[in-house]
Amino acid sequence: MSEARAVTDASFAADVLASEKPVMVDFWAEWCGPCRAVSPILDQIASEYADKIDIVKMNVDENSDIPMKYQITSIPTMKVFKGGEVVKTVIGAKPKPALVADLQEFLA
Amino acid sequence: MRELVIIGSGPAGYTAAIYAARASLNPLVVASSVEFGGDLMNTTDVDNFPGFPEGVMGPELMMSMQKQAERFGAEIMYDDVVSVELSGPVKKITLGSTEVVEAKTVIVASGSAYRKLGIPDEDRLSGYGVSWCATCDGAFYREKTVAVVGGGDSAMEEATFLTRFADKVYVIHRSENLRASAAMLERAKNDSKIEFILNATVDHIYGDDLVSGIGIVDTESGAETTLDVSGLFIAIGSDPRTHVIHGQLDLTPEGTIAVEGRTSHTNLEGVFAAGDVVDPSYRQAITAAGSGCVAALDAQHYLEALTQ
Repeated sequence: MSEARAVTDASFAADVLASEKPVMVDFWAEWCGPCRAVSPILDQIASEYADKIDIVKMNVDENSDIPMKYQITSIPTMKVFKGGEVVKTVIGAKPKPALVADLQEFLA
Repeated sequence: MRELVIIGSGPAGYTAAIYAARASLNPLVVASSVEFGGDLMNTTDVDNFPGFPEGVMGPELMMSMQKQAERFGAEIMYDDVVSVELSGPVKKITLGSTEVVEAKTVIVASGSAYRKLGIPDEDRLSGYGVSWCATCDGAFYREKTVAVVGGGDSAMEEATFLTRFADKVYVIHRSENLRASAAMLERAKNDSKIEFILNATVDHIYGDDLVSGIGIVDTESGAETTLDVSGLFIAIGSDPRTHVIHGQLDLTPEGTIAVEGRTSHTNLEGVFAAGDVVDPSYRQAITAAGSGCVAALDAQHYLEALTQ
């Protein structure tokens, strides 16, 4: 699985909402094939753009409050948070160039 | 220049890779960056693939095929094909990384893509209650009511899988004739959580942020009703994925790549096609695998003839 740091319901406020840098949260689960497919791509983006964006992951099997609060009904869903607010949502596994294009405003 | 590039990594692509690798063609499989392994990666139990008396999980079957191909020297590349130039003796395949791979032969095994209903709000609510993947999204519908559209094996599999989580699963199909196999149909019909609504089509999806209901029309009486559902799973089949070869390979009226008789020969020399992308009727893992074998043998014979 992804090398991204795991966040939980309990750590979400501190790890994501309070972050000064934009944070992308990858909502995933072990049994989700497309999640496993996209996670190495997220790792690549995380290391190439480490100064621009943090990428963390939340396991939706182990955490339910935050996925429910943000109405996650499909995985993988990736949400970018900036200043505690959702500023971008990407749904579904996509090739790297497509993801980088989706995230351009945060990576530039 | 490579002897052979295989586009696609479902049962057709990997079977072609196994045969071609064993024939020492050192094939390169362009497997896709996020859809490698093909459709079976999003299924659970596969009970009709020969050789697995207790069934096998779709992803496990595909990983086994990949390992088998790699054992004989097939090279797997997790990238996507952006464009191709298939005419002439040197085929050029441009990848997402912008790398251009040259090859003497190409096997196109690009599979198929899920069909959409083509109704208002389907795209807007995609990922917000509209789904094409029960195994990915089913768990978000614990104790909820959901609907599955479709009458084939995949619709039955989705409906049966969804009963693990949902309290109630409607299966909606436009006619009375369900294409699903007897075994899959039997299992769905015996499930007390599943209710069939036949001779009906879905024409509306309701919901602001999330799906809250669907509008269905009785195809006989024309009567419209609303069903309160939290999720709509669409399993109405798929269309051959041919956008990358458009204008270069001939297609059939069904939209699949045209091949000669029982071979994998397309209208271009050195270009072969296999799997769902050539198959308008059967579309099974095992038929795709068989057709991948045919394509590898055709490519091998073509390459042998080139050197003579």
